[in-house]
Amino acid sequence: MMWRYLIPISVFLVLSAFFVKGLSLNPRYVPSPLLGKPAPEFELPRLKDPNLSLGSVDLEGQVTLLNVWATWCVGCRQEHGFLVELSQENNVPIYGLNWKDDRNTALDWLSTLGDPYIGSAFDELGEVAIDWGVYGAPETFLLASDGTVLYKHIAPLTRDIWTSEFLPRIISECGSIPCPIANN
Amino acid sequence: MPNSQQLINIRSGLGLGILILASAAWGIDPMPPFDDPSLESSYQELINEVRCLVCQNQTIADSNAPLASDLRREIHQMIGNGASRPEIVEFLVARYGDFVLYRPPFHSKTWLLWGAPIILLTLGFLVFARILKSRMGQPLSEDEIAL
Repeated sequence: MMWRYLIPISVFLVLSAFFVKGLSLNPRYVPSPLLGKPAPEFELPRLKDPNLSLGSVDLEGQVTLLNVWATWCVGCRQEHGFLVELSQENNVPIYGLNWKDDRNTALDWLSTLGDPYIGSAFDELGEVAIDWGVYGAPETFLLASDGTVLYKHIAPLTRDIWTSEFLPRIISECGSIPCPIANN
Repeated sequence: MPNSQQLINIRSGLGLGILILASAAWGIDPMPPFDDPSLESSYQELINEVRCLVCQNQTIADSNAPLASDLRREIHQMIGNGASRPEIVEFLVARYGDFVLYRPPFHSKTWLLWGAPIILLTLGFLVFARILKSRMGQPLSEDEIAL
């Protein structure tokens, strides 16, 4: 009559396996359906000069980072120092998408904490952010030179994540760091 | 018979109650309702089925997160421009994935989710039938005979 005991024990073990796996998952992480697909087209006024625009055209032709940030976002403050460091290493151009923010506060932030961005697009209404499936800043997209979304990181960017997730993808995309500039 | 002072107390109590209930509505900034009731009902239906990814256990109709309000505005605009329900659902899924829908579609990744209740129910019936069968052959106990 061993099987009488085996059934509840195996049911228990299977359930436990699911629960243990569940504990290590991050429910806030929702994989982006954009991965491997062309990045959504956008064109927005620049944060620093509303008369100039920043959009998909500016990002094309090179491997870039698009970092979604806002001054109301705690995680953005946390990662900002690393972004500034990263921008000084000149490996990958970093563009910003300033999300549902106040222009003056955002400009203040950049002048106080340093500006790692080649340019930041000012998405006051969050419409471009919706197209990009943004739901929780900070988010960082890695974009190929043809505009394909290679990777998306949701949470503050750190040196560890940069080394383990971004660098290998950049190297496999361009063969070297920094990426050679594509000749169009 | 309550005296006038008690009546006033009851009335102010009621008034306060209504005010407290009404405050629930302040949390959400409503979009102006559509004149066409069928558009309004499809708008209400949609925002009650779309998950707010910031506060994951709420629909965007329930949530006052900025993203929820942006999505309500977007859906409101799309309905106003004559977009159909499947078009709006496709728009949202293309950006946020199936997780944004409280009623995800049935496909290779969700079959277990949809099928689990049927599978578990069948399993339950099988176990139940087995137990019944094994008991059918048994003689009645003394208590049962006494009945």
